[in-house]
Amino acid sequence: MSTTKAGTDRRVMTGADILVQSLVDHGVEVLFAYPGGCSMPLHQALTRQGDQLRTVLPRHEQGGAFAAQGYARSTGKVGVVMATSGPGATNLVTAIADAKLDSIPLICITGQVPTGVIGTDAFQETPIVEVCRGITKHHYLVTDIADLPRVMKEAFYIATTGRPGPVLIDIPKDVQQDTVEVDWDVPMDLPGYNPTPQPVAAEKVRQIAAAIRRARRPVIYAGGGIINSGASDQLRELVAKTGIPITTTVMGLGVYPGEDELSLDMLGMHGAAYANYAVRDCDLLIALGVRFDDRVTGRVQAFAKDAKIIHVDIDAAELNKNKVAHIPVCGDVAEVLTELNKIVEAPEDISEWVHHCQKLKQQHPFSYDESFDGILQQHAIRELYKATLEHDPYITVGVGQHQMWAAQFFKFRRPRTWHSSSGLGTMGFGLPAAMGVQAAHPGSLVIDIDGDGSFQMNIQELATCFCEKLPVKVFLLNNQHLGMVVQWEDRFMNRNRAHTYLGPIDHEEAKGPSDADRFAYASDRYPNFVTIAKGYGCGAATVRRKADLRGAIDEMIAYDGPFVLDVEVPYQEHVIPMIPSNGTVDDMILR
Amino acid sequence: MRHVLSALVQNVPGVLAHVSGMLASRGYNIDSLAVGETEDPHLSRMTFVVVGDDHVLDQVRKQLEKIITIVRVEDVSSYDYVERDLMLMRVKAPPGGQRSEIRELVDIFRGRIVDVGPDEIMIEISGRESKVQAFIERMRPYGISALARTGRIAMVRSAEATADESEPSPAEARG
Repeated sequence: MSTTKAGTDRRVMTGADILVQSLVDHGVEVLFAYPGGCSMPLHQALTRQGDQLRTVLPRHEQGGAFAAQGYARSTGKVGVVMATSGPGATNLVTAIADAKLDSIPLICITGQVPTGVIGTDAFQETPIVEVCRGITKHHYLVTDIADLPRVMKEAFYIATTGRPGPVLIDIPKDVQQDTVEVDWDVPMDLPGYNPTPQPVAAEKVRQIAAAIRRARRPVIYAGGGIINSGASDQLRELVAKTGIPITTTVMGLGVYPGEDELSLDMLGMHGAAYANYAVRDCDLLIALGVRFDDRVTGRVQAFAKDAKIIHVDIDAAELNKNKVAHIPVCGDVAEVLTELNKIVEAPEDISEWVHHCQKLKQQHPFSYDESFDGILQQHAIRELYKATLEHDPYITVGVGQHQMWAAQFFKFRRPRTWHSSSGLGTMGFGLPAAMGVQAAHPGSLVIDIDGDGSFQMNIQELATCFCEKLPVKVFLLNNQHLGMVVQWEDRFMNRNRAHTYLGPIDHEEAKGPSDADRFAYASDRYPNFVTIAKGYGCGAATVRRKADLRGAIDEMIAYDGPFVLDVEVPYQEHVIPMIPSNGTVDDMILR
Repeated sequence: MRHVLSALVQNVPGVLAHVSGMLASRGYNIDSLAVGETEDPHLSRMTFVVVGDDHVLDQVRKQLEKIITIVRVEDVSSYDYVERDLMLMRVKAPPGGQRSEIRELVDIFRGRIVDVGPDEIMIEISGRESKVQAFIERMRPYGISALARTGRIAMVRSAEATADESEPSPAEARG
């Protein structure tokens, strides 16, 4: 252990000041923190570093945690959220599980009751480390102030290296208040953590190149690992060199330009028919930074069943987990692609296959009834895309139909511009995530494309947007229903409405069997989102006529501050294509 | 297939909870789990007996390795190794012929009588799982009133060929 820095820097500090100083030293510029009894010393310390570190006060801890995710997802840096003990801590749980499934670097700091009363069921005590063990990448309960500098160092290291993920630091109030002569120059103690994969053997790279060279019907299947690894450029180079068509997961949107002719867009349950057909028929599947999730594969045995599979991932546990790979490669996908690009050659002749894929793309495009004179959700998203092209916006979404339509109809051009709770599928993600993106990119246009169900799960964050001057735009596709569940009711449950209408229970729509027309609108509008938004100090407007949509979007973009555009849409529209759960491409519903 | 995994873990609070929680939540079946300190006070060793095919074993090993406080995982059963299980048992043994019979069996199985009561004796026995199991079967007819086992621990042998300090096989013991 070196003491050079410690020799000059040693001074007596409180635990709270050590923690905050450590955040500053690790380059944190913004954190989202909601105070309470057991985190007050931390907040006092935050005020002492206010010129170095912006503290945003969310209106719910979950909102803070998703904002921290938005910050992390859009920058690649660690997102930081802080909450008090007990309910403050448990309110983080959903967002922690979400960050784990989507591999997002997040540091969650929770206050804890003083060490002397831990285990006595004290006021606002929950064993949050116990609660979160299975949903964090790592977790700490700091009972000795002397451990704090090391724990902070380790937490940042673990959150950001290897496969990123959430780290929880639970810190009792007395440890926050305790003082120590601080030694910053402490070594980490992580004998079991080796996040840097071995450099990939040249032989493996040659094997991949050879498989590509021999392939007749190759497809690239790229996911969130490309984003975490910063491998988008290398991926584009690979496609340029080989001419292989590429499809992405929901997490991977943006790694390859959606409007390029070799892009097959998204695959999976609501993916493009042409992407799913191409994967079904391919003879070589090049899986890069993906995990063969069930929403991608459907019945996994039937997925790419005639293909040779190359699977590159930094997490060894993902290789052969759901699908056996013929060439499994544990490594950093950016490094693997850099090496591969040095030697890869285009396959001998895939022009017929590429032509076939492009024909599929023409035959089965994402589509909707453009003749409808109201606003369909898909139309709204396509118009939003066109209207915001030159702004290069950041998009967040909630979960449900609007999320899938946004994935289908908004074309992304670069990584980290699309933010979706993809693995956990958390409703309420959109608004707080947008808030975090906006905090990271103050001058950019940030739009939350949301549904009325998801929006109401964290609607209180409009207050944060207003009070913290985060001019997020909410593009609300308001169908008065939980549209995705309605869609499943329509397809698989005889159209019987089971608590999927979001208006008063005495309305007709709430009552069981539905015989609504394809383009039915809910008879009433509830709640009044414009009034709510204005109550929070935000701009707001409602639009229903197709002809008014573009003007309303322009008004939203031009508004100086947060804005909610309530877009009235019908509720019987279904997300198509759809591969039923555990089905195969041949079960795909196309209309 | 039965596999014995040995994991070296950091000796910090919560490791056991983390490991057992991970195994349970991923639905892996563990036959036995034993934990104890090693020669280094910072490290403990956990020994797992896992029954499953190669795919299950591969996943268990990789998921264990992902836990930050787990330093190293080894499939001991893929090497030449020694495995032991320690058992304590109280068995009905009224003075007389029955008690002598039991003493004889304890000798054959290389166990020890560690406590003697008016109607019961306590037996300590260690060995491979199959031997311990065989001994339990032998004792059942006499009436087992309490039984505790540590779970399996295991260690790979030194590289040079060594002799087992001769553990009687269950077959020999039965003979």
